[in-house]
Amino acid sequence: MASGLSRLNPREFDYWKAHHLLQRAGFGGTPAQVLALKNMGLDDAVDSLIEFDEVEETGITARTDGRFDNDIMRPRTQEERREANMARRNGNEAVLERFRTERQMRQRSDRRQLAEMQQWWMGRMIESPRPLQEKMTLFLHGHFATGYRPVEDSYHMFVQNEMFRQNALGNFKNDLVRNIIRDPAMIKYLNNNQNSQRAPNENLSRELMELFTLGEGRGYSEQDIKQGARALTGYTYRDDAFYFNDRDHDNEYKVIFGKRGQWNGDDFVDLIFTRPAASEFICEKLYKFFVNDQPGFATGDGRTTIRQMTRMFKSDNWELKPVLRKLFTSQHFYDQANRTSIIKSPIQLVVQAIRSLRTPSRNMSQLVQACNYMGQGLFVPPSVKGWDGGRKWINTSTLFVRQNTLVYLLTGRQTNSRPWDNANGGFDARHLVDHLRDIPGRDRDQDAVTYLSRFTIGSVPDEDRLAQWVQYVRDRGGADDNSTIINLLALMTAAPEYQLC
Amino acid sequence: MSDPIKNPWSRRMFIQQGVTLASLAATTPLFIQQTAKGVMLPQGSGLTSIPGMPQDRILVIVQLGGGNDGLNTVVPYGSPDYYRLRPGLGIAAPGRNAEAALQLSQGQGIGLHPAMAGLKSLMDDGVASIVQGVGYPNPNRSHFSSMDIWHTASPDGRRGSGWVGRYFDNECAGAPNPEIGIAVGREAPLAMQGDTVMPVSFESADLYRWMGEDLDKQLSDPYSKIADDQQDQEAVDQLSFLKRTTMDAQISSKKVRHAVSQQPLVAYPGGNLSNQLQMIAAMIRSEMPTRVYYATMGGFDTHANQAGQHTRLLQQVGDSLKSFYGDIKAQGNSGRVLTMVFSEFGRRVAQNASGGTDHGTAAPMYFVGDMINPGLHGTHPSLTNLDGGDLKFTQDFRSVYAGVLGDWMATDSGQVLGRKWKSAPVIKTS
Repeated sequence: MASGLSRLNPREFDYWKAHHLLQRAGFGGTPAQVLALKNMGLDDAVDSLIEFDEVEETGITARTDGRFDNDIMRPRTQEERREANMARRNGNEAVLERFRTERQMRQRSDRRQLAEMQQWWMGRMIESPRPLQEKMTLFLHGHFATGYRPVEDSYHMFVQNEMFRQNALGNFKNDLVRNIIRDPAMIKYLNNNQNSQRAPNENLSRELMELFTLGEGRGYSEQDIKQGARALTGYTYRDDAFYFNDRDHDNEYKVIFGKRGQWNGDDFVDLIFTRPAASEFICEKLYKFFVNDQPGFATGDGRTTIRQMTRMFKSDNWELKPVLRKLFTSQHFYDQANRTSIIKSPIQLVVQAIRSLRTPSRNMSQLVQACNYMGQGLFVPPSVKGWDGGRKWINTSTLFVRQNTLVYLLTGRQTNSRPWDNANGGFDARHLVDHLRDIPGRDRDQDAVTYLSRFTIGSVPDEDRLAQWVQYVRDRGGADDNSTIINLLALMTAAPEYQLC
Repeated sequence: MSDPIKNPWSRRMFIQQGVTLASLAATTPLFIQQTAKGVMLPQGSGLTSIPGMPQDRILVIVQLGGGNDGLNTVVPYGSPDYYRLRPGLGIAAPGRNAEAALQLSQGQGIGLHPAMAGLKSLMDDGVASIVQGVGYPNPNRSHFSSMDIWHTASPDGRRGSGWVGRYFDNECAGAPNPEIGIAVGREAPLAMQGDTVMPVSFESADLYRWMGEDLDKQLSDPYSKIADDQQDQEAVDQLSFLKRTTMDAQISSKKVRHAVSQQPLVAYPGGNLSNQLQMIAAMIRSEMPTRVYYATMGGFDTHANQAGQHTRLLQQVGDSLKSFYGDIKAQGNSGRVLTMVFSEFGRRVAQNASGGTDHGTAAPMYFVGDMINPGLHGTHPSLTNLDGGDLKFTQDFRSVYAGVLGDWMATDSGQVLGRKWKSAPVIKTS
């Protein structure tokens, strides 16, 4: 087995390796897109995904200015505050009631805006010509997990989401960690707006080390958390932007990791990145996200590779691009043991199905809901730990939701409409096997089933199963019959293998 | 066709073996399986620690979403302040008119909403109880946040796992039981999500299956064999895990759909909660290895024109609980099923200008089962000593959870709740 980050021989970069790359560094693609990627050759293929700044954005991804309203949850004006205070003093219930009702109305429309935002992001992932940028944005959302409910300001969630997108493959330390301690949604989520020298709040300081940079218990003490919290005092926000509140900031000496100074939040970040775990922890998570999330992934070859990534990440001053380029061009990344070794997140399942099979994307709000039912609500991760992922995605009921969501994408039929309507699904699946037409003297049905197996479930099933599937196609209408292919795809996407990518 | 001798892990073998699920059988050593079976002992097996209390106890949680008005459910008719603060909405003292509160034998000045006749008869039979004034410090009046607090049993509700889920984590350590928790509804409630265990959830048993079969009946056979080639029972790789879960899902789907196809032993009133409880009773009757079931009913956010709506809602709650208990009793299971009813908060003491009530704080919880301490528990919160117009809680909900976890589920509640809470005496312990 290939160990570490040694380079894949570019001549070995074949169709199925391109297929693997596009699934992992993106959300998969159609047979034609996979072929185009393969034809670029290894280096250009990887560059086409990584150097996404050079790809022009179109459609839903092109314009974000003014798409969302930043005023819904605006703070009260001075005048409103004065009025409310007065009413509270005088016990003026009518005025207080008006304020309450008005706030409830704002909260309602903000929840509506969040729902729009969930659909907007889902749409971006489905359509973006820069799949890796969206995929990294999703990774960062799970890593710096922030939940809408306590934030209660959809626009702040949007600001954070755009920050992740802008810095998706930027510098982890300078662009991402530094920005996250300035991010209004995160500041609110982890109560740093309440962190002042008079009343320190340790929430952000703790999670900054435990979940964002070093990992739980990896080389910091409770004392470092307390002192770090002091360094972060006064890091708050006003309206939609970061604000450094000088009066709340504790400018006295602090001792963090044994070093004494008048540290502020940015110094604290610098100090964190002097620790070895700061490079190791994030490389482990990137490895789990891109290479393999099987229990025990960080042992053996996985361990060696993570170590090499860690060294490289550190010597590149925490730049994300070089380490990912190295990873995506490594033998290890394409190793058989690392193919189909990741359990698709609900988002990956849905977006990849649409992007690779090119099914209609149906109703965006249904897709967002389906992902909720499968356990991955965009902008509402379960806690600051984000999604555990891996096997936690799967149980008997989420498995049925997964299978049935695919039936919905393939046919347009919804699980909760009874009886099912026979509406035209509007999906022409024949493009998936078109390219097989030109091979003379072959069994077309057999070829189509074999190819579609590899394309959807990553492998050809054992003889019995394969024979049964081929028989089904033959009996029903052959590989050129659209509804036969769709039914076959429904079956394949219900297979346990389909949950992997 | 796979030969069951050569392939002992084929799906057909599992079906022949009955309820044993693949992920249980195929990953755990035999001695742990025995332990797991101990947890799932069928009724009447006689293994008890408390005389008269069966070991295979089941908890059924009913969530009333939106914030049920506790003051108009458990009515403090003895208090003049109640009528002063609720001039239009107050429910008359028992006997005063046709819509008057129902008299509780134990309650002094405390009655039940007239639509709660179902619960009242359970109270009269000594198989229901009301825990008064349940809440928590620094009450949160947001539906979502307060619900999260109840679900996670943590003060800010931001813990990513729920209290029942953490109980599952403890129970399932080393002996997975994929059906330990079943929530009726599309989304698994946070309360049931553990750090490792996720509950099964489905809106109706009919949706707990693969819909692809409806495209073409010819797909049923290949679908049934989709995970059939499992060879290595010890395999821990991703695909083996997925195959086992796929088999589990197929078996479980069959079991659940069979269970709920049975006719209930009593009549149910119909309606959303009624249907959910009927399903749950059917699954209990079929001896599913499930320890906790979860049902939800919404609509309690009665900001305007509350009276009529609330009556309809409570009618559904009371009648459904009564039918459910009757069904469970007819099955012979009422000694091992505890039903717990809660809402994320009560409502403000004073009615508002729209004939409704706004978000409040403390409210009662309700319990049904043979093993409960019947009657009214605790004290009704004062209607005069208020906190900004809201009731002050007299019982922390985590103490109630501690009672349920410790005395009913026989688990270390401190481990699940993060600290030791004094157990509320919900369950008869002697």
